[in-house]
Order: sequence, then C-alpha cells, then structure tokens
Amino acid sequence: MNAGKQPTLEVEDLRTHFFTKAGVVKAVDGVSFAVGQGEVLGLVGESGSGKSVTGFSILGLVDPPGRVVGGRILFKGEDLVPLGEDRMRALRGSRIAMIFQDPMMTLNPVLRVDTQMIEAILAHRKVSKAAAYDRARETLMRVGIASPDERLRSYPHQFSGGMRQRVAIAIALLNEPDLIIADEPTTALDVTIQAQILYEAQKLCRETGTALIWITHDLTVVAGLADRICVMYAGRDVEQGTVDQVLDHPLHPYTHGLIGSVPSRNRRGARLQQIPGMTPSLLNLAPGCAFRSRCPRATDRCEAEPTVTMRGDGRRVRCFNPVDADVSA
Amino acid sequence: MSTTTEHLQATAAAMPTAPRVESPLRRFTAAFFESRIATAAFGMLLLVVAIALFAPWLSPQDPYDLAVVDIMDSRMAPGEEAMAGFTFWLGSDGAGRDMLSAIFYGLRISLGVGVASGLIAMLIGMCIGLTAAYFGGRVDAVIMRIVDLQLSFPAILVALILVAILGKGVDKVIIALVTVQWAYYARTVRGSALVERSKEYIEAATCLALSHRRIVFRHLLPNCLPPMIVVVTLQTAHAISLEATLSFLGVGLPQTEPSLGLLISNGFEYMMSGKYWISFFPGLALLITIVSINLVGDQLRDVLNPRLER
Amino acid sequence: MSVLESQSSTRVVPGSAAGEPPLIEVRHLSKRFVKALDLAEKIAARLGADVHEEVVHAVDDVSLAVSKGEVVGLVGESGCGKSTLGRMVAGILAPSSGEILYRGSDRATLDGAAARRAALAVQMIFQDPFASLNPRMRVADIVGEAARVHGLVDAAGFDAYLDEVLRQCGLDPSFKRRYPHQFSGGQRQRIGIARALAVKPEFIVCDESVAALDVSIQAQILNLFMDLRESLGLTYLFISHDLGVVEHLSDRVVIMYLGRVVESAPTEALFDEANHPYTQALLREVPRLESRHSSFEPIKGEIPSPLDPPPGCHFHPRCPHAMARCREEAPALREIAPGRMSACHLNDG
Ligand SMILES: Nc1ncnc2c1ncn2[C@@H]1O[C@H](COP(=O)(O)OP(=O)(O)OP(=O)(O)O)[C@@H](O)[C@H]1O
Ligand SMILES: Nc1ncnc2c1ncn2[C@@H]1O[C@H](COP(=O)(O)OP(=O)(O)OP(=O)(O)O)[C@@H](O)[C@H]1O
Ligand code: SF4
Ligand code: SF4
Ligand SMILES: [Mg+2]
Ligand SMILES: [Mg+2]
Repeated sequence: MNAGKQPTLEVEDLRTHFFTKAGVVKAVDGVSFAVGQGEVLGLVGESGSGKSVTGFSILGLVDPPGRVVGGRILFKGEDLVPLGEDRMRALRGSRIAMIFQDPMMTLNPVLRVDTQMIEAILAHRKVSKAAAYDRARETLMRVGIASPDERLRSYPHQFSGGMRQRVAIAIALLNEPDLIIADEPTTALDVTIQAQILYEAQKLCRETGTALIWITHDLTVVAGLADRICVMYAGRDVEQGTVDQVLDHPLHPYTHGLIGSVPSRNRRGARLQQIPGMTPSLLNLAPGCAFRSRCPRATDRCEAEPTVTMRGDGRRVRCFNPVDADVSA
Repeated sequence: MSTTTEHLQATAAAMPTAPRVESPLRRFTAAFFESRIATAAFGMLLLVVAIALFAPWLSPQDPYDLAVVDIMDSRMAPGEEAMAGFTFWLGSDGAGRDMLSAIFYGLRISLGVGVASGLIAMLIGMCIGLTAAYFGGRVDAVIMRIVDLQLSFPAILVALILVAILGKGVDKVIIALVTVQWAYYARTVRGSALVERSKEYIEAATCLALSHRRIVFRHLLPNCLPPMIVVVTLQTAHAISLEATLSFLGVGLPQTEPSLGLLISNGFEYMMSGKYWISFFPGLALLITIVSINLVGDQLRDVLNPRLER
Repeated sequence: MSVLESQSSTRVVPGSAAGEPPLIEVRHLSKRFVKALDLAEKIAARLGADVHEEVVHAVDDVSLAVSKGEVVGLVGESGCGKSTLGRMVAGILAPSSGEILYRGSDRATLDGAAARRAALAVQMIFQDPFASLNPRMRVADIVGEAARVHGLVDAAGFDAYLDEVLRQCGLDPSFKRRYPHQFSGGQRQRIGIARALAVKPEFIVCDESVAALDVSIQAQILNLFMDLRESLGLTYLFISHDLGVVEHLSDRVVIMYLGRVVESAPTEALFDEANHPYTQALLREVPRLESRHSSFEPIKGEIPSPLDPPPGCHFHPRCPHAMARCREEAPALREIAPGRMSACHLNDG
C-alpha cells in the first residue's frame, strides 16, 4: 500500500531510558517501525515491555527521570526528538493524537463534553464556535454515539465506560490527525463494546487514511484489526511483519511461545504451551538476549546482543536462532 | 509428577529476577530517613523522650523537693549562680526553682499525659472503629453519628467543660483528653478498615471459614495499623498542646505537678517585668517537642502513603 | 421451573456415578443489593420528591447443577452477576433467596462439623493477585492458617503438609517465610491456589483468576488448573469474560446476561451452534487469532444498567430478532435439546 510514498511515521532505533535512583531503566532500548497512511500497526508485548513508553516518546510526553536518549522519530519526514515543547504541543491534538486505556486521562470530569470538545478544536484551528460545535457533533456521530446533542450537554461521569472511551476517541479525531496512537483503549471493556470500538477504529482508518498504532497485550485483538504487527520484549522490537506472516509463521521464539499460549479452538482441553519463567526486570538488565533465560532455542551465541535481521519478504527479526533456522551451537 | 517438576523449573527460572528479599521494615526505615528534616526531627524527639525518661538523673535540682529549693534564688537570670553553688543555666522561677530542672520534669509530665491519653484514646477508638466497619449497617450508622457529633465541637471547649466538671488532676485531664480524641481514631480506623474489608483477602478468609474474631484481629487489624501510626503521633502532639492550654488556663494539672503549660502560665506574670525566661524556655521546650513530633508524623504519613509510589 | 441437569459432557467426567446428587446445586438463587436511602433522601421522599430505594437484581432466579469432576464455564459481560453468583456459591455472600445444595443437602440447614465441611469443600480463587493475599502475613501463614485452625493437620505433620501443597502449586517450599510482595503476579496467583487447596476442597470457584496475568503467565496458571483437576479430581466453576479461555477449559458453558442465565450447553455444542441471539453475538465478536482483517459488525447498543433493566427479555433492546412479545414477557429457560437450555421466545416458534 502506498508504495514509494513516505510513511506517516518512522521510528528508528528509539531508546528511552529512565534514570531512577535504583539505576537506569531501559524501558525502550532499540525499537524501529513505520506506519503508512491508512495503515494499522499492532504494537504487542507483555506488561512492562515498553509499549506505552514508546507511545509517550513519540508524543514527547516522557517526563523526567525519563529521557529519549537515542534514535529518531520521523513524522512525515520531520524528526520529533529535537523539537521544542511548543512545536510538539501544536502537533499533539492536531496532527498526532493519543487514546489512553483510561478515557478519564483525556476527559476532564468537571467540564461538559461540549466545552471540552470545542476547546480542543479552537486550540488548533481558527473557526467560529458554532462551526466548532457542528464539528464536535459530527465527530460524535462518527464514533457511533446516537443522540449527539444530548450527549454533548452531559458530563463524562454520566456515560458508561464504553461510551466514555468513544468520546475520548471522538476528541482524538476532532482535528483529523494523521496519526493516532491508541494505548490499550479496549482492555477494560466488554467483548461486545470492544467490538464496537474496533469497528469504529477500522472504519476510520479506511475512510480517512489516518495511520493508527494500536498498543495491546492481546494478540487476538490485533489479529483482526492490524495490517502489520510489531512484537516487543523487554524494551526491544523482537519481530515485525504482516499479521499473516507473524501469526502464521512466527520467527522469534518469544512470538512463537506467545501464540502457543493463546487458548484456541483446535486445541481444546490440551495443555497450553507455556513460556517458563517471567518477564525480566528492565532495571540493570544483563547484556545479551533478554529472552535467554526463558528461551528453548537459546545457544551460547545468545550471550551476545542479537541484532535485527531483515528478511527478503519485509520481515524483521531480532534473534540468532529464529524458529525457521536450524539450531546449532 | 512430571508436570510438577515442570512448574518447579518454571519457578526456579523465575527466581533470579524476583524482587530481592527485603523486609518491609527495612524498606520503611530507609524511606523514612531519606528526608534530612525528618531525620533531625526524629533525633530531636529521641532527645526529648530521653530527657523526659531520665529527668531525675539529668536535672541539677529536684524542683519538687522544698528542702533544696531556696526562695532566695527566685527570679535569677540565666547563667547566674545559685546559693547551693550550681548555675541556673536557664534562670530560676518565682519560687527559686531551677528552670532547666523544672522543664525536664515538666516535659516528663507533658509527654506522659500526651502519650497516655493518646494510647488510651487509640485503643478505645480502634475497637469502636473496627466494630463499625466490620459489622456495618445500623451499628455503623449509630457509631458514626456519635463520632460526627463529637468532632463537630471544638476539642478545647469540650476539654475545658469536662475538666471544669471533673476537677484538677492528672487522671481527670487524661479522661478529658481521651474523650475529645477517641473519635479521630475511630474515624481513621473505620476508614481504612472499610477499604481493607472489601479486599479479596478478607473474602478469602471468610471462605476458609475462619471465625469473625480471627478475621478482625488477625487479618483486618494489622492492615489498618499503618495509618494509625500517623494519627497517633499527630494526636499525641495535639494532646500535649491541649494539656498545655488547659494548664495555662489554670484548669488542668495541679501546681504540685507542673507541666510545661503550667510553667508557662506561672512565668507569664513576670513577662512584663522583663523576666522573660520563666515563660520563654518552657514555651520553647513545648514548641520543640510539638514541632518534632509533627515533623516525624508528617514524614510517616508520606512514607506510609500507598499513593506515593516507591 | 426446571433445574439445569448436568448432562454427560463430551469428555469423561471422573467420579460422576449415576444417581449420585450433584456436588453443588443452586436452586432459584437470587441476590438483590438494596441501596437504602439516607436520612436526607428519606425526608425528600416524604416530601414527595422522586427518590426511591435502588435495587440491583445482581442474580435473578438462577438454577444450576455441577456434578463432580465437571468444569463449568460461566460467561457474561461486566455487571451481569457472575461474581455475585460465584461468591454466593463460595459462601462469601448470603443469597437473598433460593438455596445452595452441597451433595444434595441444603447448606443453610447444616450445622456443626457438617456445615464446616460443606464450607471448606467450596473454595474460591480470586482475580486480583495483589488484593487477594494478606500483605502482612507470610506465605506459610496464608496457606497454612486455615488447615491448622480447623485441625486438618496436626502440628507434627504441618510442615510436611505445607511443603506438599506448595509444591503441588509449583512453588518452591523454601519461599514460605516470604511475604506476598516478594512474588510476581503469577506466583501470587499460585499462592492463592495453594491457600484454597490446603483445606482439601472439592469444588473451586475461579473468578477471573487469570484475567490480570500476562498471556504467557496465564498459560502457566491454566495448565496448573488442568493438572490439579486431573490429580485431585477437582470440580470447577470457571468464571470469565474471556470466551477463548472458557472454551479451552470447560465441559459446559453457562451464559449470563443481566442477572439471568440465557443459555447453557456443552462447550462444543455451544461454540458450534449457539442458540440464544446474545450468545451468537458474543461468539461472533470474540477476537480470535484465526480471524484476520475481519470486518467487525458489532451488535448495537450499550449493556443496560442493572438498576433499571428493560422489561421482558433483558436483551430485547439490542436483539436483532426482537418481537413485540419480547418486550413484555420474559422468556423462560427451557430445554431445547438434550443437555441444552436456552431462554428465547424464538424457540417457541
Ligand atoms: N516514570 C518511570 N520511572 C521509571 N520507570 C518507568 C517509568 N515509566 C515506565 N517505567 C518502566 O518502563 C517499563 C516499560 O513500561 P511501559 O509502561 O511502557 O510498559 P507497557 O508495555 O505499556 O506495559 P503495560 O502493558 O503494563 O501497560 C516498565 O518496566 C516500567 O517500570
Ligand atoms: N456489594 C454490592 N453492593 C451493591 N451492588 C453490588 C454489589 N456487588 C455487586 N453489585 C452489583 O451487582 C451487579 C453484578 O455484579 P457482579 O460483580 O456480580 O458482576 P460481574 O458479572 O462479576 O461483572 P464483572 O465482569 O465486571 O466482574 C453489578 O451491577 C454490581 O454493580
Ligand atoms: S537470540 Fe537466542 S535467546 Fe534470544 S530469542 Fe533468539 S534464540 Fe532465544
Ligand atoms: S426473547 Fe426475543 S429479544 Fe430476547 S433474545 Fe429471544 S428474540 Fe431476542
Ligand atoms: Mg502500557
Ligand atoms: Mg466479577
């Protein structure tokens, strides 16, 4: 899709570290990916793997003691890392928007929804209040809210969780951003409500060409939604490719294990494949492959840091002994 | 069996990265002494308590022994020498008592009354608060109405009225202080007990068919204690200043057991004639005591606050 | 109203002899939560203001039987009363009405040693690996307290017993002097399981017991559940909103919607061909690894508030097949095929 065109966002070897009293937490330590117009990238990984910090880094929202210490974030060709706070603020909310797991991070509990939405428009555009209101109304309808006029006059606490998340999404859409970063926006929601929100998200990308980064720990959600998948482990991207490539033929042992541990129809009642051990602490992580202690394919080589291998079919994998290779010491 | 070993391996592989063994107490002390002010306040408090405990051995003079107090020494300025040969480092009062010794002994009484009333009030308040939280419903409603009523009156007013009715004496003052303070403890304990009670570990204990008593005292109570430590320190400081106020107003402790408040009150009449030390030094001692307790209490609150991620 | 009979499932159910009463059976169980008016509201009500007591029918006339060795999955959306039902079965909440039978005898009528045995026979494993362990007790006390208090082991055999239970749950007994905060989420969940196993239960209620865990850790715990079922002959009521997990584990699935059971069927039959429109919608919308680039076509509408459920069939505002009758008359849960029950008027037509 859009071959030859510049991707909306290109992240190159991003590194974001937290300099805490206890030591350096390398929350993001080498992540690269790209999202094009109208494309959905699923950013998948376990709790603490650095998914949210990646999202925050793109938006310039990393607070001390955290700092982006390396890499480039190219948004339509412009590097965001050295940008000043003023320019970033202008981009946030207009060109790049974020949706959080907790919609109340976007919504102000003491303001009516219309006030918040109109403010969000007027902050970035010179239009009349009436035009802003119409825009707010139209956007609410687009995310599937039935009687927008009535909803606009309400306060956030008068909505259910799913409705609130939809309002937060509507606010993210107000200024027709080129890129939306959604950080587990459906994790707290019910299956039927989640399906509604996934539906709106998918429709949106197809219709407006917005690029979407969908952060989640749930492989099954990205299976249906995303075009490409980037798997993170311990702050690094370990595997990337199209949904079909990654889910049908995982290359990295971690992805392989992860897919095996998802309960699924055709293995009913059988023991699930399990990845032994648990996620390592990112604090003072030992050198070498971070998955080493849990990896069934680990060899002596894995004491060294694996680098990313580019495959001919556009896939990337960070492993010495990918699943399709013979393991030999 | 093979599955069990598999699990064990999984666990064993996990252990190296598991949090290091570190007792909660050690973590707590490390966090507490992070603040330099709190450390200084804690040192000061230790000193004050030590002085109160060892007053008879530390004081140059026994201020209550009429045989050693000489009226000729009255109202000596700080640094002057007594008839008996020692120095009045902080001067002497109207009766010729060494101020330093009087303050040491006064501290003993003030702290004693404050701590005793604080502990008694805590015991009473804790039982009432736990009862309210655990049984809920009408019991809770009635108890909390009484607590609200109690807290809506200014403490000093209630204490004044009570002492006026009961009369002077250490025990009476303690009764008055406990009466005005138990409600704070009851409310705090109830608040934290309500939060803890709704947690799943209490449900688990119910499911294991443990007795009510066991659940309240073994499971609920220990988890409600940390916020109590803060309230105890702050309320003890409050009790000390309440007692000082009562004594200053002449309704608290009798002249035979002079607390810091009484000392201040005794010296007050000499203030105008330039003999500031008779009031000033007991006042300073009171201030230092209360401020250091409060600083320690504030730091405890910060350290024990679960919302401040550590 | 008929009681759900536990039918022989597709898999062999160990120990379920014919004629034996189900291990746990609930009959017409209901739980209402009443938010009573406070003083100001009472006065306002007297003065004619439109305030009244709010009643939530968290569980509304549910009947269900689970026989020994069976794994029953309980599925439904947030607030439909799954946890409330599970808590009543586990004896944590008292029902507003209805009865719970343990091996055929009403639990409320038991007393003394029989009551205690019935209480200990049903244990619960909770969702939150952090809140479900007392942070001020050591692992040894968390796991061993009840067994000791109830005299299930004597002092001499206690240590060996404790080690055995911990090992069974994949925990190294040398950790027993530690406090819960020194463990990871998955290990804490194992401690919670050990606590339940230590009183030798027969029936375990798992309330979203893996929902808070990472996928790879989830698999470890699910495997542990399956191993324990095999080695100890345990029976489970497995509560989850994750249909994938339930499908993997259960012999039979019960679907709830707003306090009522709407469908109950052997797992394979249910997933192959759901009867109730709600179940159908739910199954269509479960995200699966196999469904790529899907076009989501979600059912419309919000889950109604349990404070004010719609009349008739609770599902009618969202149901694509709703008819006039659905708005007035609540459909009864009826047997539609051997071992399958559903509550929908469409089955009458
Ligand atoms: N302010 C901070 N100070 C120190 N470490 C931090 C800070 N914020 C995040 N981290 C660390 O960075 C790592 C990555 O965190 P992040 O929130 O990105 O994880 P995540 O992949 O989003 O996980 P989850 O699925 O739980 O949301 C974690 O180990 C976390 O402890
Ligand atoms: N202690 C309580 N007091 C009042 N209402 C309650 C109480 N416990 C539960 N409820 C209400 O009962 C209904 C059912 O709650 P329950 O927790 O059983 O739902 P659930 O199916 O477990 O949902 P979830 O998937 O969110 O855990 C909800 O509407 C809830 O608000
Ligand atoms: S680099 Fe080695 S240890 Fe790391 S995932 Fe690949 S095989 Fe496993
Ligand atoms: S009874 Fe009517 S509304 Fe309810 S599920 Fe069946 S068809 Fe739909
Ligand atoms: Mg996150
Ligand atoms: Mg629940």
